[in-house]
Order: sequence, then C-alpha cells, then structure tokens
Amino acid sequence: MSRGLRLVPIVLLIWMVAGLAWRLVKPFDPAIQSQLVSRELPTFALAPAVPGKPGLASTDLAGGEPRLLNIFASWCVPCVGEATVLNELRRRGVKIDAIAVRDTPEAVAAFLNRHGDPYERIGADPQSNVQITLGSSGVPETFVVDGRGIIRHQYVGPLSASNIPGVLTQLKGAK
Amino acid sequence: MIAEAGLAALWLAAGLAAFQMVLMLLALKSDVDVVRPMRAVAVVQGALTLIAFAMLLLVFARSDMSVKLVFENSHSAKPFIYKVAGAWGNHEGSMLMWVTILAVAGAFVALFSRRTSERTLIAGLGSQAVLALGFYAFLLIASNPLARLFPAPPDGRGLNPLLQDPGLAFHPPTLYLGYVGLSVAFSLAVGALLTGEVDSRLARAMRPWVLGAWVLLTLGITAGSYWAYYELGWGGYWFWDPVENASLMPWLAATALLHSINVLAARGALKAWTMMLAVIAFSMSMVGTFLVRSGILTSVHAFAIDPERGTFLLALLAIYVGAAFILFAVRGAALKEGAPFELISRESGLVINNLLLSVILGVVFLGTLYPLFVEAVSGEKLSVGAPYFNAVAGPLALLLAALVGIGPLLSWRRQRRPVFGQLKLPALLAASALVITIILAPAIGILPRLGFTVAAFLAAASVLPLTGRNPLRAPFATWGMVVAHFGIAVALTGMAANAAFSSERLAIAKPGETLNVGPWLVQLKDVTPTAGKNYTALEAELRATRGEKFIVLNPQTHYYSDPPTETNESAIRTFWNGQLYTVLGRSDPSGGWQLRLWWKPFVTLIWAGGGLIAFGGALALLGRILRRRRRREPDWRTRYI
Repeated sequence: MSRGLRLVPIVLLIWMVAGLAWRLVKPFDPAIQSQLVSRELPTFALAPAVPGKPGLASTDLAGGEPRLLNIFASWCVPCVGEATVLNELRRRGVKIDAIAVRDTPEAVAAFLNRHGDPYERIGADPQSNVQITLGSSGVPETFVVDGRGIIRHQYVGPLSASNIPGVLTQLKGAK
Repeated sequence: MIAEAGLAALWLAAGLAAFQMVLMLLALKSDVDVVRPMRAVAVVQGALTLIAFAMLLLVFARSDMSVKLVFENSHSAKPFIYKVAGAWGNHEGSMLMWVTILAVAGAFVALFSRRTSERTLIAGLGSQAVLALGFYAFLLIASNPLARLFPAPPDGRGLNPLLQDPGLAFHPPTLYLGYVGLSVAFSLAVGALLTGEVDSRLARAMRPWVLGAWVLLTLGITAGSYWAYYELGWGGYWFWDPVENASLMPWLAATALLHSINVLAARGALKAWTMMLAVIAFSMSMVGTFLVRSGILTSVHAFAIDPERGTFLLALLAIYVGAAFILFAVRGAALKEGAPFELISRESGLVINNLLLSVILGVVFLGTLYPLFVEAVSGEKLSVGAPYFNAVAGPLALLLAALVGIGPLLSWRRQRRPVFGQLKLPALLAASALVITIILAPAIGILPRLGFTVAAFLAAASVLPLTGRNPLRAPFATWGMVVAHFGIAVALTGMAANAAFSSERLAIAKPGETLNVGPWLVQLKDVTPTAGKNYTALEAELRATRGEKFIVLNPQTHYYSDPPTETNESAIRTFWNGQLYTVLGRSDPSGGWQLRLWWKPFVTLIWAGGGLIAFGGALALLGRILRRRRRREPDWRTRYI
C-alpha cells in the first residue's frame, strides 16, 4: 500500500471528528423546516370561533392576496405575548386570519377583548384536526400564505418584534 | 457506604490501568520481562471495575434515592427487574457498564491468552488498559455514576416506560458486550503493530474474540430489530435510524474482519488489511457509542445534548482512533504480505466479500453522517432515509448474498476445477424462484423478486460444503459457516416476503365493525379500560378470522403517570405463514377507534434468520475453543507458578 493510501483513514477521521465537533458546539436551532412549505394548503372549512366574526375556509386564503395564518388558543400563554406583535402587523396593513385550537367561543372572545383583535376571520378547530393536517404541533404557529393558497413559510412558536421585518418581506415576496 | 466503596474501586482500577500503561512503555523500550505483573494487574483491574459495577447494581436494587442516578432513573414502585435494569438504562450507568466489560475482557485476555508472543501480549494488554484509562477519566471527571444527592428525596423520577420491557433491559448489555469484544481485537492489533508481529498466531488469538463479539452483535441487532417491531407499533423491522445504523456499522466491519482474519490465520496473507479492519471495527463501536450517548443525531427529539460529555467522548474517539490510524500508516508499510494467491481462490473470494462489506459500510456511514455535514456546510437541514439506504445498499447486499453461496466452495490459493458443476441445483432453484414469482406475483418490485431468487440460490448453495463427505465428521467451524450462511437465505426470504406481500390497513372502526386486511376479517368487539402495576390502559378486543374459527387479540394503549407517557402495546399473533399485527390508536370524536392492522406473510423468518446466523457463529466459536483444548500448549500458569 502506498503512503498516500495509508493516510486516507486519518483524513476521513479528521473530517468526521471536525463535523461532529461542529455539531456539538453549535447552538441547537429550533427552526423546523416544514414539509408543507411551497405546498398548497390542505382543504378545510371551519365554523366561526366567536359570534360576529366569520369562520375560516382554505379558499379564503387563496383570494389573490398574501396573508398570515395564525394558529393560537386562548389558553396558550405565549400567545398573549405574541398578540402585541400581531396587532403591530395588523396596524401595518397585514391581513391575518386565525385558527383557534381546542377553544370555546366565550374564552376566545375574552382573549380578544383583553389582548386586541388583529384577525379578519377565526375558524374553530375544537379537535385540532385542521392543525394536524397543517403539520403544526403546537400553539402558537404562524404560516405565511401567498395569494394562491400556497404555504411560503412556517414559524414555530411565538413571533417576536424582531420577526416583523422578516414577515413583511416574506409577504411582499409572496405577491 | 456502598456507593463510596464502588467509587473507591473505580479510582483504584484507574490507577492500575495507568500502571499497566507504564509497564507497556517499559517493555517496549527495553527488554524487561513484565509479562507476569502485566497479567496480574490486568486481572485485578478487571475485578475492581466489576466490584464498582456490582455496587451500582446494589444501590439500584435497594432503591437508594440518596444516589443521584437512582433518583433520576428509578422509582420504588417499579418491578424489581427494571430497577436493576435501570442501572444501565441511562448515560452514567451504561458508561460504567462499558468500562466494566472493557476491563473484564482485558482480564480474560490476561488469564487465557497463550497464542501470541509475550511482547505482543504485553503491548495488547497495555493498549487495552490505555483504552480503559480514557473511559475511567470520563466516568470520574464528567459523569460519575455514584454521585450522592443531599438531602435524599423520598422517591425517584421513574424510568421511561418505553424502557420497561424485557427486550430493552437486555438489549444494551448484549450490544455492549459485542462492541467491547471488538476492543480486544483493536488492542491486539495495536499491540502487534507496535511490536511488528502480525502473523497467523495473532489472528488465531484474535479470532475467538471477534467471533464472540460478532455473535453478540448479531443477536443484539436481531433482538433490537424485533423490539422496534413490536414495541414501537409502526410495523417495520428496520428504520435506518441513526441509532440503528450505529449498531449496524460495527457489525458490518466485524463481519468483514471475521472473514479476513481467517485468511490471515490460514495463509498469513492480508496482514495490513486485517489490522486495518480490526482498528475500524472497534472505531465503529466507539462512533456508535458516541452517536447514541451524545444524542447528537437525534437532537430533533427531546434528547438533551450535553456538550461537555459529548466533547469528552469525541476527544477520546479522536485520540484512540487517530493514534491507531497513525500507527498503521507508520508501521503498515513494514508488513510483509504473506503467501500469494491466484485470481480464482478462496482468498480472492474473501477479498471480494471484504470489499462489498466495506462498500456497504461506507454507504451506511455516509448516509448516517451526511445530514450533519450538509448542515455544517450550507445550513440546510435534510434527512437521509430508507429510500437511499434501500436503493444503494440493497443491490450490493443482494450481490454479496449471491456470492456467499459460491465463496466457500473455492479452495485456498488456487481453484483447479471450475465450481459451476456443483452449483447446478442452486442455479436451478434460483431460476424456478424467479419464474414462479413472475407468474404468481407479477406486480412485486424488482428488489423483492431478486431477493427471492438469491435466497433460493443461497439456501441450496450454502449446504454444499457439507456434501461429498460425512457431514457428522465435518468440523464445527464448517457447520457454523453453513448454518450462518443458510441463516442469511432465511432472513432474506423473510425480508423479500415482507416487502412484497404485506398488507396494511389503517382505519377508524366503531365497536361491532369489521375490517379486512390480507386474508383476514377483523372485528372490533369492544374497547375497555384496564390497569397494570404502574399504568392504566385501554384494551381493545379484536376477533380475527380467515374462514375457520376466530382468534382474539388484545392490543392496548398504556398510560403511565410518572413521568406522564403514553405507549401503544401491539398485539401480534404468529402463524406458520406470517404474523397478524394489530395496534390500537386514539379514539375518534365520532365514537370510533383508530386501528392499524397488518398481515405480514413470513415476516418471522427475518429474525429466525438472524438467530441462525448468530447460532452459526456460536458453533464456530465452540469449534475453535474445543480444538484449542485438544492440542493444548504448555500453560503459562504452570510455567510461572
């Protein structure tokens, strides 16, 4: 065996150890790449979650204009913090629809009274069925949907103020 | 006091390992005869770690919650057997078990090894001690299993209910014994590279360890596969999960080593290659342990990565494997290749076997680590799954399985007569299997079809080495080979049948409703609550029939309270021609229940084949040990005592 060939294992080892070491020191990134990104929304039609506000169907999200689809619940603590961010987005002209997961009309109404109401439509998903078909595993989550009903981006966990410019760019890009 | 005694034993053992390292350096530098102290110290070191491990078992058996590890991983309400198994069902305990096996293996080498030269034995025992030393440091500095907790809490935090299963309680020890058995091959190879005495004596000294480790790895993988099959409730037997691959990679390397070591033992050839494989086989064990213990590849799940521990293990891996590779690069050139052989010979058959196994190993290695490197370079997250592994490794494995039928028929050095004459019957069987599957099952995929063909060929060809002589007088090693190779054909048949003919049914059923899956009609009678020792459960009553009278299956969903967890316990009924596999899922708002049903024809052959392969290895090991006894060389003990 030539000398070069005998050094191959060492090179491979260094390569492997470097990769593994990088993985160990790199902070863990919670972002999950959704399998639904760049796919069409699954078909659904949800009843209104609060009286006086329309429910939500998948066709509402294919109306030609990019929108946000927020998945929230009145019993969800991080959603309270997220509400200010959504209100700010609404103030800047972003259209937001929502799905309220495992909730009651009274509780949702109380939540909106207390923390503001940035939503145009809210669908009720009492058994999480639509949430699951959307590939969402918790609340809150937010989807950027373009005008043709195709998911462009998924945020897992609450949006923060630092996300606002990114969301606006994504909505602009989705046109 | 028990925990402190264990800790003291561990410190003493670490000191002795360091002493062994000094002895080795002394022996390599000068001609001092240290073989007696070396053997003695290795034995005492093994005994001390055994004591430390026994103390850990004891605190777990007594549910001593003042020991942190017991508090975190045990609970007084747990069945006794799982209390004890809890000792190694966690990071610290399993690392102590690992080092215990390592040190005890060293002690066994010291007690029984008579084949290698004394210099190589000293260097080998020294290398084993250096290996152990790293893991002692790891235990004592970064993950002390016997640390106390003050004040002692009233009760523990329980054990993951998924782990409360006899299969899983004994799965890790089996794999660890296999991994660490390979450490002896590693140490002896390093020792031989240090002294330059790579010869057939070394191969014969290594062979029982490699065989034993390989048998245990085979058993461990087979059992792990069956565990995943019935416990996870997904109906599959192999998921190409990183943790599974971590056990498959050492097995592939050990399989290659097992074959090349025979060439070295019989013909004195393939020296450098065999040493390389011995190093790689144990390196893969360390990589496997690292991947599982650091949680690095499963970090999407709740596994917490502990950077300190991960870094420590990775550093150990880099140092040991790197040192062995460098030693190989420096000393490998000095190895003189042994007896020459011709193109068509047993030797070149084994070389082809080794090449194919190495390529499959490379494929699995690449697939397991590729996502990591892509993410490191481009930040993109991806996963490599079954489609890649099946498409790339599958055809290679089929080719290998076909050649397994031919290799053992070749003779050493040069095959004089063509072997095809002997292979008429196997070839005929293979052709009929191909034709029959084309006629009876035209729709199945190409890989399962070839699987049936190769399995038929191999089943017949594997027994040929026993023909032409009195099979009862054939050596155990030959019998072992035949049984193991026949086992491959059996497992392959099971895999092909499972891939080609499984039927699956996922449906929501209300009580009273009937579903069909394969030839079966399955009726959901009712779902009733029930309770176990430390869980509550929902149990379904299913009545299944395929014409004759019905059978009852009771799949369950278990709810554990401490910690709150939910598991699906599948109900499986085995028949001679397959398994009916049922899982109870969640309830549906409409009043129905999710049911998953599978009919899997001949799926049990997969594990039966795995068992046969391991049994073949055990037969060969028995043969080697018996033969060694018969022509006993002068015993070192009688020489020294």
